[in-house]
Amino acid sequence: MRSLSSVRLVRRPWRLFAEASALLIAVVVAFPLYWMVLSAFKPAGEIESSEPRPWTLAPSLDSFRRVFEQNEFGRYFLNSLVVACSVVIVSALIAFLAATAVTRFRFRFRTTLLIMFLVAQMVPVEALTIPLFFLMRDFGQLNTLGSLILPHIAFSLPFAIWMLRGFVKAVPEALEEAAYMDGASRSRFLWQILFPLVFPGLVATSVFSFISAWNDFLFAKSFIISDTSQSTLPMALLVFYKPDEPDWGGVMAASTVMTIPVLVFFVLVQRRLVSGLGGAVKD
Amino acid sequence: MRQGRGLSRPRGGSRKSNTAPRPQGRRRGRSQRTPWLYLAPALVVLGGLLVYPVYQLGLISFFQYTQAQVSGGEPTTFEGFGNYAELFGDRQFWEVLLATVLFAGACVVSTLAVGCSLAVLLTRVRAVPRLALMLAALGAWATPAITGSTVWLFLFDPDFGPVNRMLGLGDYSWTYGRLSAFFLVLLEVVWCSFPFVMVTVYAGIKAVPAEVLEAAALDGASQWRIWRSVLAPMLRPILVVVTIQSVIWDFKVFTQIYVMTNGGGIAGQNLVLNVYAYQKAFASSQYSLGSAIGVVMLLILLAVTLVYLRLLRRQGEEM
Repeated sequence: MRSLSSVRLVRRPWRLFAEASALLIAVVVAFPLYWMVLSAFKPAGEIESSEPRPWTLAPSLDSFRRVFEQNEFGRYFLNSLVVACSVVIVSALIAFLAATAVTRFRFRFRTTLLIMFLVAQMVPVEALTIPLFFLMRDFGQLNTLGSLILPHIAFSLPFAIWMLRGFVKAVPEALEEAAYMDGASRSRFLWQILFPLVFPGLVATSVFSFISAWNDFLFAKSFIISDTSQSTLPMALLVFYKPDEPDWGGVMAASTVMTIPVLVFFVLVQRRLVSGLGGAVKD
Repeated sequence: MRQGRGLSRPRGGSRKSNTAPRPQGRRRGRSQRTPWLYLAPALVVLGGLLVYPVYQLGLISFFQYTQAQVSGGEPTTFEGFGNYAELFGDRQFWEVLLATVLFAGACVVSTLAVGCSLAVLLTRVRAVPRLALMLAALGAWATPAITGSTVWLFLFDPDFGPVNRMLGLGDYSWTYGRLSAFFLVLLEVVWCSFPFVMVTVYAGIKAVPAEVLEAAALDGASQWRIWRSVLAPMLRPILVVVTIQSVIWDFKVFTQIYVMTNGGGIAGQNLVLNVYAYQKAFASSQYSLGSAIGVVMLLILLAVTLVYLRLLRRQGEEM
């Protein structure tokens, strides 16, 4: 996979220049995250200083303390986790079945369906807040976590199906035939052979559904209107962010707490993600 | 979409006829039903939570729907195209539409330029700088939109932010002016969306066989020439995908604008369609006007999708 040629062909000073700029860009790109974590640990006096320094000599946990002492912060965190995990698991299973159907079978309306899945990705989620609000109200789902989970499953499905196609397609058909030869039933093939083989792809795909559910701020803001015990992390973060007098230490500490789970998830699936995107796009 | 290639697919009946003792008819019937069985959960969820709300959105946009109707105090009345007429007669709507198109366009162009150049850069460097850049990009990618927005706002804070200090701008407020506020949001959007482009294009370049590049280089092609005549055509499908994805994502930017400009900026100067629709519906309870804006957005994105499908079709790609 290494394209040795392109490295070899670049002349030495150019490569050093390229490497220096790559490192410099990496620093610039990582700087906002560094500043976020740094500010979370800075004592109050250093944050609200007109001479901000890129280090701190007196790290303090005060900001984190303020965040965790905020009413039911742990509960918000748990709510966010429940929403994100439910969305990831349910949408991965549904998308796996649907992707299998559209890649391993030929049937009428298959192309139409594929185009529909593509079109569905374009639907602006935010525009649907209005009808979804009425829908949730009519089903008595306002102020429940369900009102956050259900729409996110629906919105992450089209992209997940679209992306999983490549992974399902990559499993050789010979394998399917061999399984049937050995007398495996359709569902046995599906769950015991295809599923484990497609699993890396499912993980890559779930990054996207996890992020969209974890980041959700609009639905939480619109559907959880009176019962704050059902609220999620973004809402807790905004408590510290008052436009006129923001508590930057609190905002940065809450942001750090909110970013870490996604970062962990990303680092865990990083390799699969890169190969998965390549596969999904090439296919 | 090419039919020929698809025919090699196994069909339940004929393939298994000599191993499975089941009657032909039954198997064929089953394999026609199986895909729909697998699709059922997806179709139910999408039907109930995507298609139906879209239909409702269209419906609401034709009715008079304000707080009075929501609370049930007054009956809903059919307005026909009244809401649309009101919308199209509103100067602010056209301003917001123009701002949305320009802002999304600027975001797409910057994201693609940054993402593609960094992807090329990644192929020119050894493992350590590559890993550093990759990790930094993944970090930016993983950052939730809302925390990214607050962090960038803090970086550019007139009183306590490091950027103004570094650039010697004193207490210049980025969110006060219309253009500078849009520029700040653009920086954040590019920061969190270039990694997708970079990683995807990089994966695409890696998939180009080394011999092809070597041959081009042996023939004396310059770097620029190799990129233009060899890489770009081979990467075209990938470039189409990342462009369209960026258009869709950037046209729908919500959180960044909402958080960074505090709901659309001073006197709504930084509104984009998405935020505008939300403000109309939930801040001023004009649900039908908000829905009408949503329908307009939907139609614009639908047009983009059609262009995308045509591009795919022209490449003769099988779905």
